[in-house]
This record gives sequence, C-alpha cells and structure tokens, in this order.
Amino acid sequence: MEKTIANKTITVNEEGYLTNFAEWNKEVGEALAKENHIDLTNKHWQVIDYIQDEFKKESPLSIRKIGKSGVVDIKEFYSLFPSGPLKTATKIAGVPKPASCI
Amino acid sequence: MKRLVILGAGTAGTMMANHLHKKLNRKEWTIDIVDERKEHHYQPGYLFLPFDIYKPDDIIKSIKDFIPSDVNLITKKIDRIVADENYIQMTGGDQLHYDLLIIATGAKIAPEEIEGMKGAEWHKTVFDFYTFEGSIALRNKLRDWQGGNLVIHITEMPIKCPVAPLEFAFLADSYFINKKMRDKVNITYVTPLSGAFTKPKSTAALEHLLQEKNIAIESDFAIAEVNNENKTIVDYGGKEIPFDLLVTVPTNKGDELMERSGLGDELNYVPTNKETLQSKDHANIFVIGDATNIPASKAGSVAHFEAEILTENILHYIKNEKLSASFDGHANCFIETGKSKALLIDFNYTHEPVNGTFPFAGVGPLQLLKESKMNHWGKLAFRWIYWNMLLKGTPIPFVTANMNTAGKHFN
Repeated sequence: MEKTIANKTITVNEEGYLTNFAEWNKEVGEALAKENHIDLTNKHWQVIDYIQDEFKKESPLSIRKIGKSGVVDIKEFYSLFPSGPLKTATKIAGVPKPASCI
Repeated sequence: MKRLVILGAGTAGTMMANHLHKKLNRKEWTIDIVDERKEHHYQPGYLFLPFDIYKPDDIIKSIKDFIPSDVNLITKKIDRIVADENYIQMTGGDQLHYDLLIIATGAKIAPEEIEGMKGAEWHKTVFDFYTFEGSIALRNKLRDWQGGNLVIHITEMPIKCPVAPLEFAFLADSYFINKKMRDKVNITYVTPLSGAFTKPKSTAALEHLLQEKNIAIESDFAIAEVNNENKTIVDYGGKEIPFDLLVTVPTNKGDELMERSGLGDELNYVPTNKETLQSKDHANIFVIGDATNIPASKAGSVAHFEAEILTENILHYIKNEKLSASFDGHANCFIETGKSKALLIDFNYTHEPVNGTFPFAGVGPLQLLKESKMNHWGKLAFRWIYWNMLLKGTPIPFVTANMNTAGKHFN
C-alpha cells in the first residue's frame, strides 16, 4: 500500500515496512521514528547505518548480531529502541522485517 | 583413489553416506565418515522422554548399524578443518586428506550464552529437553513435581525443530490432565518471536490451540538472564517472569569445530548457498542439515530433502557440471498437540504452511494445519520410518524433495 510521509510517497506492507529500500531517505527515517515515538540521536543513526549496511550485504540480522556489532551492546539497543528493538529499528531504517529462521 | 569425507554421522551425514556409497564410482572414490560418538540418537524422541511416552531404548541405536560396510567409519575427535589445504586435523595428530568434504556436524544447545542459565538451578528447576541428559533429568523431575508455574521458553532463533517447544507445551497440558493436576499448574509459553510461530497462518492456528488449552503466551521476550535466586527470567526490557519449573530451549549453535577452523558465522553455522548447498567459501566443501546457515528449518525432514538435492549436486560437481539441483527450503513437520492428536505443516522458502491435504492433493490422508488423530499416528509411525527408511536413504513414497503446491489452499 502507498503512504505519504515527509512529503514523499512510499510503499509499505501491511505491517508498515518499506517494500522498496530505494524510497527511503533520512527525512522518511525521521518521520517513521516519530511514528514510533522515538527522537533519533547520533547513536540511533549509527545503528540505522549499521542495519542498512548489513541489509545491502544481504547478511541476515539478529539482536545477537547487533550486540556484537561494536556499535551498541544489547542493553543499549533496547534503551534506544524500546520493546522489540530489531523490529522498530529495521522499520525506521527502511529495510524488511528480519525473518526469524524457522 | 579420491577421497570424500563426511563430518558427522547424525541424521544428515548418515543419509549422505547411504546415498553416496551407491552413487559414486567406488573404483575411484573412497568414502569416510567421522564422528567421535558411538550412539545415534533419534532426536525428535527427546520431546517424548520427559512425559514417559518413549523410553531411552526407543531412541538410541548404534551409529555403525546405519553406515554401509563399504564406508569407513572413523570414531575420532576432530581438532579442525584446514580448508585451504584440504585436510582434517584429528585430535591426537592424524591427518585425513580429502578431495571433497561434506560438513554435517549439526547444531547443539549453548546454555552458557545466557547469564545464569547454567547456574545453580540447572537441571534442578531449570531444564532443557534438547539433550538426552536434559530430557531424562526433566522426566525425573516431572514424575513427582507438585505443580506451580511451568514456564516454557525459547531463548533465541534459530533453533532445531522450531515447533518442539510448542509441542512440549501441548504435551505438558495433556500430561497434567492425565495426572489429574492440571488445575495446579500454570503454563506460560515465552518466546522472542511476536507470536507462537514465525509464519502468519500457522501462528493463528497455533495461538488458537494455546488458548484452548489455557496456555498463556508472552511474546517478544528477549532474555537477558535467568535469576536463580528469585527464580525468574528477566528480559532486556526489564520484564520479569517467575517460574517454579523452567523448561528452556537455550541458544542453539553449530559445532565449535567451525570456530576453531574459521569456517563459521557468529553462531558457528557455515555460510552455505541455500540452493546448491555448496559452501560459500570453498568449492569442494558442501554443507547439509543443521550445520548450514540457510534460512530453512533445522529439522530432520529438511536434512532428508537436502540429502537428495546434495547427492545430485555432488555428482554434478565430480563431473565438472553446473550444480543444477536446487533446494527450495522444503520442510514437513508433525506438531503434536496432545490428547493423541497432531497437526502437520508443509512449507518452503517461499510458501508458508497452509491448510490442505498431504501427500495426495484433495485426498490426504493427512490434513495440513488441522488437528487430527491420523496426523498423530503419522508422527508416531515416523520413528519407524526414520530408523528403517530415512537414514538408509530409501525414498519415502509420494514425498518429494521439493515442495508440491497441489492440494494446498494458499488463499
């Protein structure tokens, strides 16, 4: 479905994740963060950059991986993006919701 | 002579030995399989041990009984794989050169990853059921447990047999009903996922069953520690859940051998092409079963389907042909739901489990994503199929390596 945010039309799935990363920009990220009641600080942006880099490398994301990234530890990650940090952080970063392997 | 070496004589490795000893030209190829253990455990049976449904004898046999006589079984510990020089360094000094290597070393639990999990209460009030020892200790505990808060918990994904903790919850419900003490037990299912399962349609069906059985669910719980003193599990967000009996599925990891050899990712799984099953870093190394990092279930059925694909690709590789056999992520799992019923799910990388019939479109006899007694008998029959057909590489009639979409209701 289409959604207008930060004066830009983006395509999202039913859970609100961007379906086309190319439609993401920093303003979209800021606006998505606001929707999730988060004010982005420098530290948030470092995490978002890391998530986007991993996404571009097609490397699967997990909370463990972010904890070992050297960017934040898991506790910090939770304090930056409270409750379901990986889900919230990936949504703001404009990348797909990480599929847990089953 | 050229040498093909298989590391690990569990489900996947044993199946590969049985496929390849018939398919390779034995005038050119020697096959070795290496495993330090002597016993082969039917791991799905660990689920049933705690409830006294299976006895240890039902699930343990000797590894050598399943290895063809023209395959060398080497019962030794492996120190590391020296992939750049194509040899295995055994503990104690021996070296084993290979031309082709199949890694089938599986996955196992790593409770030490979570603070306090392997603490003072380990195997006293905190149990796993992913090891033989854990299942037996839990069986002994359950036999005279008086009731209280039973918490069934998954630490993090991926885990082997992702439906097993749910099955444990359902079987526990039945077990306490039979013991006439269900009213003395609160069952809570705690998961790091957002729901009972990872795929939407089966999550809906399974959450309905949890509700029906009066099992509470706590989702999005990312455990930080087990507090042995207060008997609680605590998550990174600060949530705390008290337990009298904690049955946890700890972090699962690939074998430490991968870390020692520099071949694994952060969980010791080997980066593997999800279609061809070739290692991403070494052309003459293939990986199968729980040891891979592919986004498929870690389950015996997956290893079984992979074994057929991998056998074809090994033959292509030897003939310098394109690796044209492609794995689709096919998994087929029975889910015990208690009271002698079970569900069946069939899915792959792209298709989630849905309703329908299996293996014959429109006929069954097994029903997909629906509780039935027939599915339960299917699950129990599977132990026989495992020992007598699956490990030996005998095709299971009408069940194909790649998933069949006929007879399934996708919308």
